Amino acid sequence: MAKSELADPALQPLLKVSGLEAWYGESHILHGVNFEVRPGEVVTLLGRNGAGKTTTLKSIMGIVEKRKGSVVFEGTETVGLPSNRIARLGMALCPEERAIFASLSVQENLMLPPEVKPGGLSIDRIFQLFPNLKERLQSPGTKLSGGEQQMLAIGRILRTGARLLLLDEPTEGLAPVIIQQIGRTIAELKKEGFTILLVEQNFRFAATVADRYYVMEHGNVIDSFANSELEANMDKLHDYLGV
Amino acid sequence: MLDLIGISSQALFGQLLLGLINGSFYALLSLGLAVIFGMLNIVNFAHGALYMTGAFCAWFMLNGLGINYWFALVLAPLVVGAFGVLIDRLMLQRLAGLDHLYGLLLTFGLALIIQGLFQNQFGSSGLPYAIPPQLTGGQHLGFMFLPNYRAWVIVFSLVVCLATWFAIEKTRLGAYLRAATENPAMVRAFGINVPLMVTLTYGFGVALAALAGVLAAPINQVRPQMGADFIIVVFAVVVIGGMGSIMGSIVTGFMLGLIEGLTKVFYPEASNTVVFVIMAIVLLIKPNGLFGRAT
Repeated sequence: MAKSELADPALQPLLKVSGLEAWYGESHILHGVNFEVRPGEVVTLLGRNGAGKTTTLKSIMGIVEKRKGSVVFEGTETVGLPSNRIARLGMALCPEERAIFASLSVQENLMLPPEVKPGGLSIDRIFQLFPNLKERLQSPGTKLSGGEQQMLAIGRILRTGARLLLLDEPTEGLAPVIIQQIGRTIAELKKEGFTILLVEQNFRFAATVADRYYVMEHGNVIDSFANSELEANMDKLHDYLGV
Repeated sequence: MLDLIGISSQALFGQLLLGLINGSFYALLSLGLAVIFGMLNIVNFAHGALYMTGAFCAWFMLNGLGINYWFALVLAPLVVGAFGVLIDRLMLQRLAGLDHLYGLLLTFGLALIIQGLFQNQFGSSGLPYAIPPQLTGGQHLGFMFLPNYRAWVIVFSLVVCLATWFAIEKTRLGAYLRAATENPAMVRAFGINVPLMVTLTYGFGVALAALAGVLAAPINQVRPQMGADFIIVVFAVVVIGGMGSIMGSIVTGFMLGLIEGLTKVFYPEASNTVVFVIMAIVLLIKPNGLFGRAT
């Protein structure tokens, strides 16, 4: 029985991070991070500022180049690959700072990431998720509001066919109504079969979308629990996050 | 009417034409510098030497290999561009992320070495390069005589400049370039091979310089110093237009060529300094250049 479970690809992790260490220059940021994300899951990394959540995403994506350990995506070891090759395997990052290009129009920003796999969302579907973008196509990327920039930053990676989305604090600094819209979008994306690794400080938001949580501290994963165990872990969580 | 203020129309239009010719070279060279600066963040001091190398390449193709002007117009930029790719792969890439000063020193040193090698081999006097037979002669326009070759240089430079502008501002490849200029790490994380793009961009900028060199060969004599004389003005053009601005370098190149020509007619004493006077004024009023974006 256990054997057939292992052979079932739906139960194999899509992303398996083991003993991941990373450095910014001389400073050692990640000290052996372990976690995994299974296909179709929404997994959230929680933790205080400076715990290493963003660095974890950037290391998985290969943007932080000085790294050790293992990050296996769909059976391929990615530590040692440059970020352009990692992206081609089918994952995409929506960074915390959103990284909308100022010298490109909204349309150019949206169309910029090349298709890495077949089966990305159509432009019409993206406009359905984010109707605001359609009206602003000709504006320069940075003339958008914060919420619209966030929608653009998420929208542009849905086109590419990447199945694992790394979303770094997509709700940071946004109005509650926009946060709700982003939450609904993440739920929609999960329904469409996307796998999402989310970084959040706002665990009340995370609780509306996540299946499981990992808690990070000082560059390590120190705890994990499922969404159903959230209430039971509330005291510990307040402790971890200092809220 | 012009004769009334003591200037013959022949002299005026003659200088305007010369201004446009120089403007064509300013535009082609500053365009290459702008593309390279935008993408590599390197002030390419070797640009003048590579322009000269393009001219010598055409001269050598004609006199050594019997390759005519038209083929040289394509081949010389390819050869010199490939040399640029080597420079980037072997040297410039090692400077990525370091202070501007290192790139500047490296390319300045390269310029001196390349120029010295040519001077050692060919001396400092010029070598003649014949105007291609299809473009000899000229047109009498009534108010002036327009040599065919010069008309060709102006039209062809304009076409190359506008095609480059279109490729960078209006195409998907251009969008990659502009995006990578802003945030190379992010563009790379979308799956684009940014280091390869950087190398090819340097090769392209260098090829533009070599193309200008081939165009210049039949007008100016082919000499080791031809780039060094020119490049100082070209840097002033880049500063006036705004570092890294594509349309800025094209418009400013042609405009300053014309202004220089006009100065030669109306106040010849200032013709060598007018570009630098304009540069000083522009820097006082708009420190980012006429077309530059505030940073």
